[in-house]
Amino acid sequence: MTESADLLVTQIPRLRRYARALTGDASRADDLVQDCLVRALSRLKLWKPGTDMRAWLFTIMHNLFVSECRQNSKQPDIAAFTTCYVPGPYDNADTDVRLSELQSGLQQLVPEQREVLLLVSIEGLSYREVAAVLGIPGGTVMSRLHRGRQELRKQLSGKPRTASGLRSVK
Amino acid sequence: MNKDTQPVNDADLHAYVDGELDKSRRLDIEAYLVSHPEAAEQVRQYQQLSQDLHRLFDPVLNEPVPATLVPARVGLRKVSGWSSAARAAALAGIVLVSGLGGWLLNSRMAATENAAVLVNLVQPAAFAHVVYSTDDYYPVEIQAEQQDVLASWLSERMHTSIQAPDLGEVGFVLIGGRLLPSTNRMAAQFMYQNADAERITLYVRRIASKNRQAAFHYQEAQGVKVFYWIDGPMGYALSGSLGKKRLIAIAKVAHDAFAKGV
Repeated sequence: MTESADLLVTQIPRLRRYARALTGDASRADDLVQDCLVRALSRLKLWKPGTDMRAWLFTIMHNLFVSECRQNSKQPDIAAFTTCYVPGPYDNADTDVRLSELQSGLQQLVPEQREVLLLVSIEGLSYREVAAVLGIPGGTVMSRLHRGRQELRKQLSGKPRTASGLRSVK
Repeated sequence: MNKDTQPVNDADLHAYVDGELDKSRRLDIEAYLVSHPEAAEQVRQYQQLSQDLHRLFDPVLNEPVPATLVPARVGLRKVSGWSSAARAAALAGIVLVSGLGGWLLNSRMAATENAAVLVNLVQPAAFAHVVYSTDDYYPVEIQAEQQDVLASWLSERMHTSIQAPDLGEVGFVLIGGRLLPSTNRMAAQFMYQNADAERITLYVRRIASKNRQAAFHYQEAQGVKVFYWIDGPMGYALSGSLGKKRLIAIAKVAHDAFAKGV
């Protein structure tokens, strides 16, 4: 019990990173982490010591995220996450532009693709682990991952967007 | 090599990037990439994407965990043995503050310094742009016709020689400028306009920064695009709503002019 709680605490920073990337909004992300911790603590006895706690927590967070998306189907506020990224001292403007575009492009992906992409690319989960976390077949993990990457590539290579970013070209 | 080499498809490239392949298949792909530059480029882009995602979101790992997320506060009382978890939370806090070594400290300091640049340079520049570039009556305090007066006034108030750069080569003409209060300092704002009546502003002020190299940075603030750089003791920010490519071209001209002291 004690060990489980200790382990849970060490996972908080990673849960916050994942939630931030998933929602694109710091306060929404921490709400999600908080809900996830409450639920995890209330079910801590159900977690089997020796198994991967992070995967277990990601599953809880996924379920909460899905129900949040259902309740609250409004689009995320794009303006809210332009301030999320603070440029590093060694970056240059090209990198800053690329990262800020990636940040908004990520939020334009459908949530299903975003989840898979983040679990694989940031969290380093294997396809099999992602399939288990999300409760979907391995083939679906791959197709969502492929489509997500393709979509981002399209957006970042400056293809016209449907959003208000369209400029008239002289 | 007891099996025939299978053809390489897009799924293999993803699996290669994600470390999903066994050693022999990985070697197949590496051989394939050498002779297929398009596939190699695709792999490079996927890898870049992963790196960029880390650059965007890894800083969250270094943020202190908000008190509201400490288990004792999120309902641990419902669970027996909460005090040990609370201790663990406190311990985790100590680890966060002290245990992650110089790497974390450096990135924290960099983040703090960047935050100062954002607060002292980028945000006031963007806000001043929004306020004055939209003004139809008094966008500037001193008109471009009195450029010499503007230059000597700003130079005197800011204790350094300062003059509006000529942005004619990128199609922008000086309208004029003004002195502005900024956080703890004064700032100069120069406003320019092109033939399509698009306005940009250049904001200049003293700024304390260890990072004195003139690398361009980009940030959006107040809905305005801002390219900024620091050169010696001065910080410069170019604000506008033009496309980023046009803005950075202008920023380069402005940077060179300021660097030459023109």
